[in-house]
Parts: sequence; C-alpha cells; structure tokens
Amino acid sequence: MVVSRTTTESKEPVSSTFGSRYVRTALPKYEIGESSIPKDAAYQIIKDELMLDGNPRLNLASFVTTWMEPECDKLIMDTINKNYVDMDEYPVTTEFQNRCVNMIARLFNAPLGDTQTAMGVGTVGSSEAIMLAGLAFKRNWQNKRKAEGKPYDKPNIVTGANVQVVWEKFARYFEVELKEVKLSEGYYVMDPEKAVEMVDENTICVAAMLGSTLTGEFEDVKRLNDLLVKKNEETGWNTPIHVDAASGGFIAPFIYPELEWDFRLPLVKSINVSGHKYGLVYAGVGWVVWRTQHDLPDELIFHINYLGADQPTFTLNFSKGSSQIIAQYYQFIRLGFEGYKNVMENCRENMLVLKEGLEKTERFNIVSKDVGVPLVAFSLKGQSFHSEFEISEMLRRFGWIVPAYTMPADAQHITVLRVVIREDFSRTLAERLVGDILKVLHELDTLPSKISRKMGAEDFGNVKGKKVEREKLTDVIVGWRKYVMDRKTMNGVC
Amino acid sequence: MVLSHAASNSDVSVHSTFASRYVRTSLPRFKMPENSIPKEAAYQIINDELMLDGNPRLNLASFVTTWMEPECDKLIMSSINKNYVDMDEYPVTTELQNRCVNMIAHLFNAPLVETETAVGVGTVGSSEAIMLAGLAFKRKWQNKRKAEGKPFDNPNIVTGANVQVCWEKFARYFEVELKEVKLSEGYYVMNPEQAVEMVDENTICVAAILGSTLNGEFEDVKLLNDLLVLKNKETGWDTPIHVDAASGGFIAPFLYPELEWDFRLPLVKSINVSGHKYGLVYAGIGWVVWRNKEDLPEELIFHINYLGADQPTFTLNFSKGSSQVIAQYYQLIRLGHEGYRNVMENCRENMIMLREGLEKTGRFNIVSKDEGVPLVAFSLKDNSSHTEFEVSDMLRRYGWIVPAYTMPPNAQHITVLRVVIREDFSRTLAERLVIDIEKVMRELDELPSRVIHKISLGEESEANGDNLMVTVKKSDMEKQREIINGWKKFVSDRKKTNGIC
Repeated sequence: MVVSRTTTESKEPVSSTFGSRYVRTALPKYEIGESSIPKDAAYQIIKDELMLDGNPRLNLASFVTTWMEPECDKLIMDTINKNYVDMDEYPVTTEFQNRCVNMIARLFNAPLGDTQTAMGVGTVGSSEAIMLAGLAFKRNWQNKRKAEGKPYDKPNIVTGANVQVVWEKFARYFEVELKEVKLSEGYYVMDPEKAVEMVDENTICVAAMLGSTLTGEFEDVKRLNDLLVKKNEETGWNTPIHVDAASGGFIAPFIYPELEWDFRLPLVKSINVSGHKYGLVYAGVGWVVWRTQHDLPDELIFHINYLGADQPTFTLNFSKGSSQIIAQYYQFIRLGFEGYKNVMENCRENMLVLKEGLEKTERFNIVSKDVGVPLVAFSLKGQSFHSEFEISEMLRRFGWIVPAYTMPADAQHITVLRVVIREDFSRTLAERLVGDILKVLHELDTLPSKISRKMGAEDFGNVKGKKVEREKLTDVIVGWRKYVMDRKTMNGVC
Repeated sequence: MVLSHAASNSDVSVHSTFASRYVRTSLPRFKMPENSIPKEAAYQIINDELMLDGNPRLNLASFVTTWMEPECDKLIMSSINKNYVDMDEYPVTTELQNRCVNMIAHLFNAPLVETETAVGVGTVGSSEAIMLAGLAFKRKWQNKRKAEGKPFDNPNIVTGANVQVCWEKFARYFEVELKEVKLSEGYYVMNPEQAVEMVDENTICVAAILGSTLNGEFEDVKLLNDLLVLKNKETGWDTPIHVDAASGGFIAPFLYPELEWDFRLPLVKSINVSGHKYGLVYAGIGWVVWRNKEDLPEELIFHINYLGADQPTFTLNFSKGSSQVIAQYYQLIRLGHEGYRNVMENCRENMIMLREGLEKTGRFNIVSKDEGVPLVAFSLKDNSSHTEFEVSDMLRRYGWIVPAYTMPPNAQHITVLRVVIREDFSRTLAERLVIDIEKVMRELDELPSRVIHKISLGEESEANGDNLMVTVKKSDMEKQREIINGWKKFVSDRKKTNGIC
C-alpha cells in the first residue's frame, strides 16, 4: 500500500509569490542579505516598491523621452548586453554611432564634403558632451597662450545665469572660472551684448543656449556671433562660441530651419545635443560635434590597446550600454527629416493648445515664448494668497508632476510653473491638464493662505499682530471646515 | 458597381518586410534621410545589420556582464523610460540607489555605525567613479596645501603601469601628473615598495588595483598600506590610498573574505567597483564609496534647484537611465551573500578547468594566478613561428572572441591571450573552447610563419654588414617557395575542416 503524503511544510517553489514567506520579511536596506531569494519574489518585491515612483509619462517636468515604439523597445532589449566600448567586438554598433555623428553634424550644417567624416562622439548625455567640449576649448586656449608666451592659469568661460548646472560643474571640476551674465525680470536668457562685454583674454569660449531650461527660449546666437566677430577683430583673441543645444538641437532644424544658430555661424566651434530629449530616445544618450578636426586637440584623444585592438577614445565614460545609440539610429532612419518635423509640429500645436487654455483662465501670466522649446512656463497673475509651489503640490494629487521653481539671479522673486510638451503628450492630455489646473485653482481659492507668511509680515506690530492672529485663526478654522466638506463631494482623480 | 482596387506597389503596409521596397534602397550613412519608413522596416534593417556584430556571450575579452535572468530583463524594460536624475519624481528609484550604496559600503567594511548612511554614489561605470574619487583626493590635497601655505599646482598620483586607461584619462583631463611604477617580466602588478618610494609631498593618493585588467591579479593592498603608514609617520604627508576594485570588489568579499584590502585598512579612503562586471549587471553601472563624509569635500557637491526640488548631485553625468540601478538592487537582494558566493565559486571552478585543459596541451605558459579575477591569461611557449595574435584571429572563425595584447612597460615583449570567465561561461563552453584552441594550434602548425616577420629580421641583419646580404636573399626565395607550398596545403586542408562558421 502506498501511503500518500501530504505536503505539510510549504515548499517554496510551490507557494505563489504573495503566499511565500519572502513578502513577510523586511528587505535588507543597509547590508546584503545572507541567503538568496527566488527570482519571482525578487521581481515582485521590487516591482511593487516601484509602483510608488511617479509615472514617467505624467512627469511634465522632464524634457527626457518617455515613450518609444515597441519595435525600438525590442531592439533595445536585444542589445542590452552589448558593452558599447568594445569597438572591435561590435563593429556594426560602432558604425551606427559614426553614422549618427555624421547625420547630426550635417543637420547642424558642419562644413563637410559629401562623404567626409565628421568629428564628434556619442556620450551618456549632454553633461558629458559639454565637459568634453569645454575640455577641448580649455586645451586649445592653453596651447595658444603657451605659444604666445602668456600666462594660462586663469581660464574663464562666459555664460548666462540661466545655464544648466553642468556648466557650473564643469567650471568647478575643471578649474575654470564661470563668468555669468545675470538675468533680469522679463529677460530670462543671456544678453549677447553683456556677454561680449565680459569676454577677456582668458575666456576660453562663450556658451550660448538653444533652448533655455527655464523658459525654453532660444538665445540669439547669430547676434552673439556678429558682436563677437567684431570684438575678435579688435582684440585678436579669437574667442570661439559653443552652443548648448541640448533641447533645441533637434527642434530648430525641423521647425525653424531659417534660424541661424549652428555651424553656419563662423565662430561656432562645437555643439552638443541630447539624444534623449527631442532626439526622441530614452535617457542615456547625448552627442557632441566639432566643426573641424582642429577644434578637437589630438592630445585629448587616447589610443588604447584595450582587449587587444587599437581604440581611439575621447569620452569620460568607458563601458556603457549600446542600446540608446542603436535606438538613436533607429529613430533617424525610421522618422527621417519628415518624421521629426511632424513630431515637432505636433508638440508645438499641443503647446499652443495648453497655452491658450491657461490664458483663458485669466489667472496666469505666460512667461515662455512661442518660438523655442515646446513648453509652457506660467506664473500666477497679480498678488495672490497662494504660490506656484502649492499649485504644483496639489496637481500631484491628480497624478501630474508639474514643477515650480524660482528664477536664478537676478530674478529670484519670480516663480514659474513649467509644463514640457514631449512627443507623447497628446492633445487629450493637454485638455485634461487644463481641466485639472482649473480644479486646483478652485480648491485653492477656498483655502486661506498659509499662515506663516502672513504672520511673519505682521510680527512687528505686536498688538495689531495678536488681533490679526485671532482673526486669521477663525478664518482658518472656517476655511478648513468648508474645505473638508467640499472634498467629500469632489470627484477628482486620486 | 463597386470597382475593386488591387493593392498596388504603393500600398506598402500590405507587403511583408522583405518584399517592401525599403530593403532595396541603401540606408543613408552621412545624412538624415528625407522621408520616414515603416517601423517594421526600420527594425528589420537594423536587426539584420547587427547580426554581423560579435555575439556578446562569446566575447571572452570582456569582464562586463552579458546575461541576466528574464525577471530582471522585465524590470529593466519597465524602467527604461525613467530618467534616473529626477530624484523628486522617482523617489523609490533614488532610494534603491541609496540602499545599494549602503550595502556595498558594508560589504567593503566601511566603518559605519548601525544606521549611519554611507557616503557613495552610483555612476555609469568605474571610469566615472574613479574620476570622482580622484577629484575628491585632488581637492582635499589642494585644501590641505593651501592651509599649510604651500604650493598646490603640481599634484600627482602614483599607480602601476598596469592601470586601466581611465587613470591616464583622469590624469590628462584633470591635470594631475601620473607617476607609474613600471612592471617587469614575471611581475605584472604594482610593486608596493616601489610605489611608496615614488610618493612625494605632491602625491594626492596612491591607487592600487584589486583585479588587474591584464592578468586578474589582486595587488597587495595590505602591504602597500603598511609601508605607506610607516612613510606617513616619517613625512607627515598623510598620503591616502584608493582601491580600484572594478573587477575584484565583487569577488574578494565572497571568495577571499580574509583578504584585507578594503576599509579595514586605515589608509584606504575610497573604493570603486563596477556593478557591470562581477556585480552581475549589464553595462552601464558603477559605484564609488568613501570611507566617511570627511573624505568627500562638501564643495564638490552641488545642491541644485532642478525641476523644482533640491537635489544634491556629485556625478559627471546627469540624465541617464535607471534600469541598471534597479537591476543592481535586484541582484543584491535576489542573490544575497550566498548567491554571489555560488556564482564566484562556479567561475573559479570553470577557470581552473580551462587552465588545466590548456596546460594539458603542453603549448602554453599560464601567466595568470589562481587567486584573483577568474580569468586565464596564457602565452605561447614557443612564439617563434606564430604569435598569440594569430591564435586570436583564428579563434574568431569559430565564433570565439579571445583577445591578444602586449604587456605595458617594461614588459612589452610579452604577449598574452586572455579568457575572462563570466557567470554565463559554463563548463561545457570551457571544454569546447579548449578543443577549438587545440584545433587552431594544429592549423597553425601547418602554416609557415608570416614572411614579414622574417624579412624584417633579415633587414636588421642587413644593416649589420655586407657579408649577410647573400644569406638574406637566399632565405627570401626559400621563404617564398615555402609559403606557396604551405598555402596550397592549407587551402586543401581547410576544405576538410568542420569549424563553426
């Protein structure tokens, strides 16, 4: 007789994930656990925690691409295990990078013959791209000064105060002085005249932005070029320009082709662009192109005997994934000029829809311009009891991530909210966003303003202060009661 | 009457990919094309070109991980659209990074109290990690010199000549002098005594490697520490150590836990490790940890108002994908100590198996040691007629990518072949590789040696005097005849081989 045995102890492979003991134990946070856990448990646990991250597609704060076609996703997954730097082992991937560099250089009107190879490289993002470009300028300038027998220990770079943090990093890490042209209320980009004024013999380059992070505006690179040409004629310093086209580089050529900002201007020696912004690729790829070979000093390029073959390398990173480079090439051939133009035009249309929707509410000033990166930056009109930061917090409850931030010096008193229109931000979403912003405004109108601010202002007059205090307290209590009652009747998206 | 329309050539969506006109036109290489093409065509065209890349799993040249579990692949794909730097928007991802940093710091025995948070950061790879560590040392040293009122314009760093190229990059880009301890035949890592001798008042740190790229050896960090402690006592310079544990950092704690190389040694102030090597994650992730807060000067950390929230950032890269950080956390909790130990032990076993197989052929010297990164570096016992480079070329025909390279100074006359044993290099593959190497050796035996080599030798002897002229000419003709016969035989033999094409 066969005695049947029932499984009493729960054998781990038998339990369903949520029935296993692994979801009962706290995950180690400071130390690696002693034992392994089943892969299904590991997968589920991490996936569940990540549910509490923001939804990337509703992250309206970021310029970085959050959606790609499934075919491209497949290519990405297929190449996820290729280490990009193994040029000898993966020659096709290396060639894709070179094709991308050539395409981008020509998109930016680099002075190249039909089959001449362009100077440029793929990077992890615009940060690395900018550091490489800055290094090239610094080295070129140092060599020039050495040849002239002049001191070369005090290089500086002229930018606007609106630059992205990477320029400040570059300045601090590579020991270059940062000379910033301050902004002013109503003028949120670098003023070309002031910039050229700041240029001196130690300036390694002037950096202009095509697509300011704050308002999406394109700086007037042509004007900067013309003024700088004149100054160079007088001084003989030959100060060059770098264009930080992180966002604008994949916008201007498609919807503003007559705008002269790239290598068509003689003083522009290098340009960087983020493949992962309007290049329409996921985070992790940027590009930097130089005008000619001479703008990239050969001494910065390493020829190494790594893994057995000669590899020229000029990047800060070495090993990295190949997926994004391949994805960038996919986008170039898949979309072509026509496809990119369509996407950018859609973005601009949806930007206008959003802008008009906000204007109709009559509660906001629009700070961004129509020409530039498709985004809408707006601030509250007039004196208000509430700040843009509160609007931003309340919108989170609906699922939207809309950042609020203050302008840099000298316009720190201005706060804006900013919505970036990416490829995957359709018109329906734009209309929904306007609807939710209206709801938020409605809520805020019923709320008293935050006490602390008012208290702070009235602290000086004590007696008056106390009276105001009591009044304010009553206001608050009444206001919150009403608010709570109203919340119970609302149908907001939670 | 309804006129039926036949789908003509212009209705491209009907055609199968390979029937469409898109595979007939050549893809532009220099300029962006004017029109769009269907996504299926774009996918197929790129996929097909990529078939001609090497197979990553047969790439025995690389330390970088080439296989992960499907569950992890799923996690990677679902987080591919998360920009890691948006800390405010993706707080959980940010926290996963912090947990990884803490786990790694503890793994390296950082002197931390129970719940004290470690100082460290995730990077794109060890290159970025090393540059950050180097920057921290440079700034600390500059501040110290300024405080002492001494000159601070000539910083230098002491390393072995076997360092990976990123140290040379760091030195060149950040204007620090690189003082390299030369290697010698038979000694392929940095000699601690010579290193300490080279240290002067301008030295910002001494960099030791745990897992040399060339032969996988672990440098003796303990000896370096002890010697440097003595020197620091005499000089008062307080020179610190950085350990480049790019490969070794995820091996030593599991296979050699008694080996003292990490923060247990007092002079070690920062360590970098590649998550994408033996951290068992795909390319694109590295880690750097500092001993404590004082070792990372506050002025290097940026607090920025990006996208509306305060974010402290100390990295060279900004926007990047989140997938690898999440994958690293997956591995750390999925495997735990036990799992990593099992993987490393398997690697070591397979490495020993490969080494023994190669020794049995009687044709190779083994240059790598058993202790260290699981790899086998070997050179030909007799390289007079053929070189390691030829062996490497011929193995390619079977699909294997095994690199050959020369040692750095002063051992440039030594050439080695190197096979790295990764997690996914099973015993069956190891056995197959030995067989294929034997096949290649047999083929090479039948080939005459390359003429150029001999002629150049002949040219050298020409310069020595006229009496050798006649001899050279004779061997010229002899060699030519040999070659012709050899190649004839070779070609007819090839027709019989059954190698993997």
